Amino acid sequence: MPIVKLVSEYFGNEQARNLDWYQKHGGYAAARKALFEMTPKQVTEEVIKSNLRGLGGAGFPTGKKWSFVPETDDLPKYLAVNADEAEPGTFKDRYILEWDPHRLIEGIIICSWAVGIHQAYIYIRGEYVRPYRILKAAVDEAYQKGILGERVLGKDFKLDLHIHRGAGAYICGEETGLLESLEGKKGWPRLKPPFPAVVGLFKCPTVINNVETLAHLRCIIERGGEWFADLGVDRNGGTRLFALSGHVKRPGVYELPMGTPFRELIYEHGGGIVGDRRLKAVIPGGISAPVLRADQVDIPMTFDDLNKAGSMLGSAGVVVMDETVCMVEAMHTVAEFFAHESCGQCTPCRHGTGWVYRIVSRILEGHGSEDDLGTLMHAANYMTGTSICALSEGASMAYRGFLTQFPEEFKYHVRHGKCDVKEKRQAVA
Amino acid sequence: MTAAPFEFTPENQREFEEILTKYPERRAALLPALHLAQLQNGYISPEVEDYIARIMELPIVDVREVVSFYSLYFRRPMGRHHIRVCMSLSCMLRDCKSIRDHLHKRLGVPPGGVTSDGSFSWEAIPDCLGACEIAPMMQLDGEYYGNLTPEKVDEILEKAKEADRQ
Repeated sequence: MPIVKLVSEYFGNEQARNLDWYQKHGGYAAARKALFEMTPKQVTEEVIKSNLRGLGGAGFPTGKKWSFVPETDDLPKYLAVNADEAEPGTFKDRYILEWDPHRLIEGIIICSWAVGIHQAYIYIRGEYVRPYRILKAAVDEAYQKGILGERVLGKDFKLDLHIHRGAGAYICGEETGLLESLEGKKGWPRLKPPFPAVVGLFKCPTVINNVETLAHLRCIIERGGEWFADLGVDRNGGTRLFALSGHVKRPGVYELPMGTPFRELIYEHGGGIVGDRRLKAVIPGGISAPVLRADQVDIPMTFDDLNKAGSMLGSAGVVVMDETVCMVEAMHTVAEFFAHESCGQCTPCRHGTGWVYRIVSRILEGHGSEDDLGTLMHAANYMTGTSICALSEGASMAYRGFLTQFPEEFKYHVRHGKCDVKEKRQAVA
Repeated sequence: MTAAPFEFTPENQREFEEILTKYPERRAALLPALHLAQLQNGYISPEVEDYIARIMELPIVDVREVVSFYSLYFRRPMGRHHIRVCMSLSCMLRDCKSIRDHLHKRLGVPPGGVTSDGSFSWEAIPDCLGACEIAPMMQLDGEYYGNLTPEKVDEILEKAKEADRQ
């Protein structure tokens, strides 16, 4: 399938950050159309029709999420934009923030109009210093030109937008951890229900949407929900940004229709494997997504197809590993991450992530035993469905992915105290 | 030794007041207030915590809890330039370990350390910095540098030192 440039239309074009240029090229026309020609309900219906799904990783239908917010006006409603992109292997939102900040602001206006929101916050990870500077300049300019503020684009509709910088915690990308952090607390996720759509930021109804999800709204309003839906397949509408990294010749962000197979992303757009070595494994959607073997790369990239294959499309951060990679070492890196980033609130996650990390470290160092493999699986299983948020679940899925997809490598490590792959690699060298 | 009490410069005080207007609840300004204080002081000392607790009208323990939860707040003085080397999976696949080892050798202090002349501090972090397409990569004073080699790292360090001399 060809590359389709919707949200990535302006990547690499420095002028697009400039408000005048953006407007001259059709920018904010979709927001105008929504505000002046459509009722909030019509906007939501168009988004439902588009089959747009939450592109932060969970894949929840966006229009449906909006429709959970009560229609009453007794409490203020908030929009929290999730720009806390921190799932390892994911860097697509950074491209939108750096190259096309006005497309995000336009999406924020469209969403706010549809839901009846007058205050929005963008929660951006603290490490994104340059994206923050660019986004801040765009927001300031939008205020100066009357695109944000008391009368959005001249309409009797008020919308304030403020950027809130995070401070280095993966858990704040979890939507209720994000809300806690926005409220000035440590990012401990909340028990659900109540869901944020009813009790969210400052105890008020709140929509939480990912950067890319909101960036797609311009095209959906311009060209219609059906048009967008038809670009994708089934209930996975439109296109999506795939962040490709690891052992490929051309790593980067590629916008492709939903349903494109991994093989095409890796070999056509990514140029194939570095040094023309053999493909070994692919992580399909950020490191929480269970790893796929090379013989699974013909799976179409949709939320539903990946679920069927026992993995997930998640944040669409695609990490490619060639034949020289030791899977125990890969799992060790992944386990170190989760042990570092568990927020410490729930026991299965706090202890499980540390436990798994220490056992995998031992195996990698050549001191593992056969029993360790059973213990790892046992720990992983106990980390599912036993904690408040999805971090534990994601870690558990990732661990089980490595252990079940590449069991022979783990067995070799514990039996021989060394790495089969590394030996072969050294023999070749 | 008694440390000098901390307070915002008049300019930062104005900025802090501006931040307060962005939220319906005062406490929501805590993270931005801490960012501002760290920018001014270089790190969050106990005196800074004390001051922030007062102006935020919070118990000091609430401030300490937040400072210690988030990894971007420093609780001790760091170098004039701070480096974070990404050790996440995509960078691991592109041999970030050689970059980490080179920095260790070059700076002469282990990760988390500050060089004796105070010019650099550095960390090797397991969390992803979100720039896997330029792996291996690192962040120096907020800017991202990618496709690193030991030689390229040396150049970056040299440029930072040069900027200090000017």
